[in-house]
Amino acid sequence: MSESAREEPKHGGEPRPPVMQRILDNPFLLLFLGVTIPTVFYVLWAVMELTQIPIAK
Amino acid sequence: MATQAQFRICPDTGLKVHLPAQALIKANAVAAVVFLAIGGLFGLSVALTRWPAVHLLPAEWFYLALTAHGADVLLFWIIFFEMAVLYFASAILLGSRLAAPKMGWLAFILMLVGAVTANIAVLQGESSVMFTSYVPMKAAPHFYLGLILFAVGALIGVFVFFGTLIVAKDERTYEGSIPLVTFGALTAAIIAVFTIACGAIILVPTFLWSIGIISHIDPLTYKVVWWGMGHSSQQINVSAHVAVWYAIAAIVLGAKPLSEKVSRTAFFFYILFLQLASAHHLLVEPGISSEWKIFNTSYAMYLAVLGSMIHGLTVPGSIEAAQRRKGYTNGIFEWLRKAPWGNPAFAGMFLSLVMFGFLGGITGVILGTEQLNMLMHNTLYVPGHFHGTVVAGTTLAFMAMTYLVVPLIFRRELVLPRLAQWQPYLFGIGAAGISLFMMGAGTLGVARRHWDITFTDARLSFDVPAGAFLMMGLNGICAILAALGGLAYVVVVVGSILFGKRKDAPAPAARPATPPMASPIASYGGEGTLKLPGTMVLVSVFFVAFVLYYYVNWKYLASVWPLR
Amino acid sequence: MAIHPPKQMIWWHEPVERSELVWIAVAFLWGLVMFGTMVAWHFVGKQNLSNEAYRITPDVFQARTEAAAEKYKVREEGNTGIPVVRPPPGGDAYMLARLWEWWPILELEKGQSYRLHISSLDWQHGFSLQPTNVNLQIHPGYEMVLTVTPDAAGQFTVVCNEFCGIGHHTMIGRIYVVDKK
Repeated sequence: MSESAREEPKHGGEPRPPVMQRILDNPFLLLFLGVTIPTVFYVLWAVMELTQIPIAK
Repeated sequence: MATQAQFRICPDTGLKVHLPAQALIKANAVAAVVFLAIGGLFGLSVALTRWPAVHLLPAEWFYLALTAHGADVLLFWIIFFEMAVLYFASAILLGSRLAAPKMGWLAFILMLVGAVTANIAVLQGESSVMFTSYVPMKAAPHFYLGLILFAVGALIGVFVFFGTLIVAKDERTYEGSIPLVTFGALTAAIIAVFTIACGAIILVPTFLWSIGIISHIDPLTYKVVWWGMGHSSQQINVSAHVAVWYAIAAIVLGAKPLSEKVSRTAFFFYILFLQLASAHHLLVEPGISSEWKIFNTSYAMYLAVLGSMIHGLTVPGSIEAAQRRKGYTNGIFEWLRKAPWGNPAFAGMFLSLVMFGFLGGITGVILGTEQLNMLMHNTLYVPGHFHGTVVAGTTLAFMAMTYLVVPLIFRRELVLPRLAQWQPYLFGIGAAGISLFMMGAGTLGVARRHWDITFTDARLSFDVPAGAFLMMGLNGICAILAALGGLAYVVVVVGSILFGKRKDAPAPAARPATPPMASPIASYGGEGTLKLPGTMVLVSVFFVAFVLYYYVNWKYLASVWPLR
Repeated sequence: MAIHPPKQMIWWHEPVERSELVWIAVAFLWGLVMFGTMVAWHFVGKQNLSNEAYRITPDVFQARTEAAAEKYKVREEGNTGIPVVRPPPGGDAYMLARLWEWWPILELEKGQSYRLHISSLDWQHGFSLQPTNVNLQIHPGYEMVLTVTPDAAGQFTVVCNEFCGIGHHTMIGRIYVVDKK
């Protein structure tokens, strides 16, 4: 899974793919994003709000 | 390292098939079908109980059957099948060996033991807590344990998929990027990791609580984290069945993606934002801010909906392009009229696409709108919606895929081809009816998970609108249709696997490795002269329906009690 | 085909059909419209949850509800023994959920606003106001407070729509809305 293998020109003259394609071709970067984003925005943000619910007066 | 003896070349598709992967695909597919049959039967009994004129089961049995129905079809059928899809999309489509087949078997056994344990717990009667098992309602400890084992097994399976991606890349079994279908499966696998992690985070403490080690589980926190699993698991389905749509269109019609870039970007939106929609279940909870609700429920400004709407164009679009290349160019819809409607794989796939969009998709967005959710939360509208997504969408797509898996992987011809031909229509119409009529009843205020809408035993009386009884009756009839469709599916699939005519022995590896049905004409599916008027009409109709129904609901909301 | 690797090593630069681009733009804008509608409703709409909530123990909530019921009780409902409570307009109304009832019955005046406090003493319950179809989730340990303004007179029913055990389908409550005297 080394990134350098990916970047090597395949048939002598193939240029390096553009950055978006390299992101989409990298399953573990996608895995990281796909787990982090919902963890932060969905789980952690909600749990933070729940801990701040005040005690009834 | 795999030897060549572990491979065969599929004479139909030219794909290189790793035999250990094939065995795992078979095992998972068979387990999936078994749990579909069990869960489907429970589902039928639930629908017949909710049909007031029939009212089949007594209350205890109803709640038990409903719990079993949810677990068996929503988790076990779907995730076993998804394991098969993951192994197919990695090892088979990449022409690679499966990484660690033994781990694959461990995953399978854990999942099987977990699923059976959970079913036993439910059938023993002490765990009628519904699929959601909201605390502080308590199930028997082995109910949670079963779900945990199942989840751990599934996680191992997902990592076998990731491992196979690494193996295929290292051993250079393919050139360039992974196929689009594999990318869709990757999307499903990524969502699965988040899903299963949430499941473990909440179910392990809940299990400890059920055996008395932990004294208290906060119900709101439970609900937040549980839905990280409960809803995201349905997002695995969406990604997987979209991948299946692309796969069936490719295998049956030789369809090519209109644009790799657009379709992959749409999946990328799923990876980033689809899981946020777990918030759909928390829109009328106390103590969570509207900012959180709006951001999460809208998948960060509807970017995942954008992804779905893109697939809604590119899937039929790629089919239209393929059909037009074959010469079906008259008028706007000749390509659709002359599509292979008698092929159950295609028919199931296309019905799944249309019904997922119109029934499941639109209503999902409405349900997931912060304020509109108030009108429908926990009414029958909710199961109506997800029977549009998971039954008419995912289940039908997976059934369609099976009609390809049986000949390609099991190497058997379909028995009872006429029955198979009708099956997607029977099941599809039944599922569509279930979805529509439950949503109708929900709009009239009928509660979900409710044994008796006449409230016979209640201290106070309440008469639900007469229309609701009609809706529940129609729902029961459609459930019978869907059950017959499901039965037809099980009969055809099991019959074919056991008694179907064996297809020719695997051909020697000398066969050409290019699939015979794909004859690429243009380098990009939609590039050049190909216009797609039919697809544009279809998506325009969809869009108008979407906008109208969306604002109808706002008008309805404006008529209820002002509250803040 | 979608089951094979892309034909081009670099597919990111491939051209996108115009109709596809139009659809993507339409879908994106529609998403913004829907997002904006939700936000805008908080400013122009009358049906928004405040999300106001407090942590409270079931004992305390029960005591408060019973105190309010005793203070403002106007009659009992038929021969059920359930008190009908008429809180002062603009004031606090309490309703609790427990296995398997919504207690007490409230009598509200049309057009008046009330701060409605709801919580559960045991499991989760679903507050489903019929036939107007407003649905809220009620948790034990959390007190939900919302300001309601009933805008039609009549008899309303509170159905429980969150599964809460074997008596779930018998769990019904009531709210009367009456014209101002």
